[in-house]
Amino acid sequence: MRRVVITGAGTVNALAPDVAGTYAAMAEGRCGIGALDIPDKDRLLVQIGAQVQGWQPEAHFSRQELPLLDRFAQFARVAARQAVDQSGLSFDGELADRSGVILGTAGGGLGTTDDTYRAVYAEGKNRVHPLVVPRLMHSAGASHVAMAHNLRGPSFSVASACASSNHAMGLAFQMIRGGGAQVMLTGGSEAMLCFGGIKAWEGLRVMSQTACRPFSLTRNGMVQGEGAAVFVFEDFDHARARGAQILAEVIGFAMTSDAADIVMPSQDGAARAIAGALRDAGLKADQVGYINAHGTGTAANDKTECAALTQVFGSHASQLMISSTKAMHGHIIGGTGAVELLACLMALQQGVIAPTIGYEAADPDCALDVVPNVARQARVEVALSNAFAFGGLNAVLALRRAP
Amino acid sequence: MNVKNRVIAIIAEQAVLDVSEISLDQSLDSLGLDSLGLVEAIFAIEESFDVSVPFNANEPSKSGFDLSSVAAIIVAVEGLIAQKAA
Repeated sequence: MRRVVITGAGTVNALAPDVAGTYAAMAEGRCGIGALDIPDKDRLLVQIGAQVQGWQPEAHFSRQELPLLDRFAQFARVAARQAVDQSGLSFDGELADRSGVILGTAGGGLGTTDDTYRAVYAEGKNRVHPLVVPRLMHSAGASHVAMAHNLRGPSFSVASACASSNHAMGLAFQMIRGGGAQVMLTGGSEAMLCFGGIKAWEGLRVMSQTACRPFSLTRNGMVQGEGAAVFVFEDFDHARARGAQILAEVIGFAMTSDAADIVMPSQDGAARAIAGALRDAGLKADQVGYINAHGTGTAANDKTECAALTQVFGSHASQLMISSTKAMHGHIIGGTGAVELLACLMALQQGVIAPTIGYEAADPDCALDVVPNVARQARVEVALSNAFAFGGLNAVLALRRAP
Repeated sequence: MNVKNRVIAIIAEQAVLDVSEISLDQSLDSLGLDSLGLVEAIFAIEESFDVSVPFNANEPSKSGFDLSSVAAIIVAVEGLIAQKAA
């Protein structure tokens, strides 16, 4: 089995349009959630979100490219460019044929769907833009990243709601580990902060109208964000041979299904995914130092996640640092695991643990060290990243400090 | 149909019961309504009476809308209708 390392990272999210800015924001515990700025906001009950501010697509894409790119694909393209630049790779010849891209997204080009429905239903138009279909398809992000970087190997998109990115990155990891690819661009992207996207979420009655407060007794729901993160996963031997800078090693992955309920999470499904990732990585529980939690700030997720962690880690659970960065960048749905992997990289590379901000009061059902409000310095050897999606689809990644 | 009977009909539909099987002192739990059924019942109440029910699944007890029994829900809906008329 091949070893897999990360040699590049890129992101666009509400905290910053790049990795360095995101690390700085996470280290200072900055909140990217604010008043939403979208059309028809006055008809929404939920009026807050973590929007990417000042996004100027024309700064990144030509006039010919723009009609082809929904906002979620734009985020993916820009994040991928940053990651490839950092890796120093260029893809041609055999390497191009042995490299691919797997991206997670839950909504795909939802903004394009929303705009187009508005045109034909609300505005009575009988004609839509000719490129609606290639813009809205979930796989558009993966295709555009493949085209931009000449990635000619295995490429597709993954949709598993809020675990999409973790499933995508897990598959990319397995693909390189199993010898099916040399380099994979992977992560995820989401741009669901449009009127229809938020209106749909409102209906579930799980959104907060005030703030995202994971693990806090005062939490009252999730807050949506948007953005992307993309990483270069690379065969370790290939990276070492070319003297690449290694950000971290991906050492394990597991996925499970609750097979139980379409919205309520299960402790057993989460615990099996966490334990599975440890087993896949050959880790003992006490080797883990940091866990980036799914931590949505809903009543149901946070207590179930803490119970699952306690079940798997036993007495070591109280020694773990566990934080949810969603209170800063919002819940980026299908892109969230990718942006959250940055918190794991920051912990492993820089020894800075991103905090759970917005934390007000201890909840006896979440009595673990959730690194409340203020970042912490700590040397971390191994980090996990949890993602537990609606419909009971769970995916957990394990990372280790660069070899 | 008056408010009371319409609320009972909505709850009966979500609980997959006949209206005759619903008594006013019953809780939604005892009628077998799960969290999704509850959210659907609230949606049906909002659509049926053109009101907005303040309900957040994360803090149901703080929502200011008493869901403790069928009778309590009827009173709460009547209150929302009165508020709308005022």
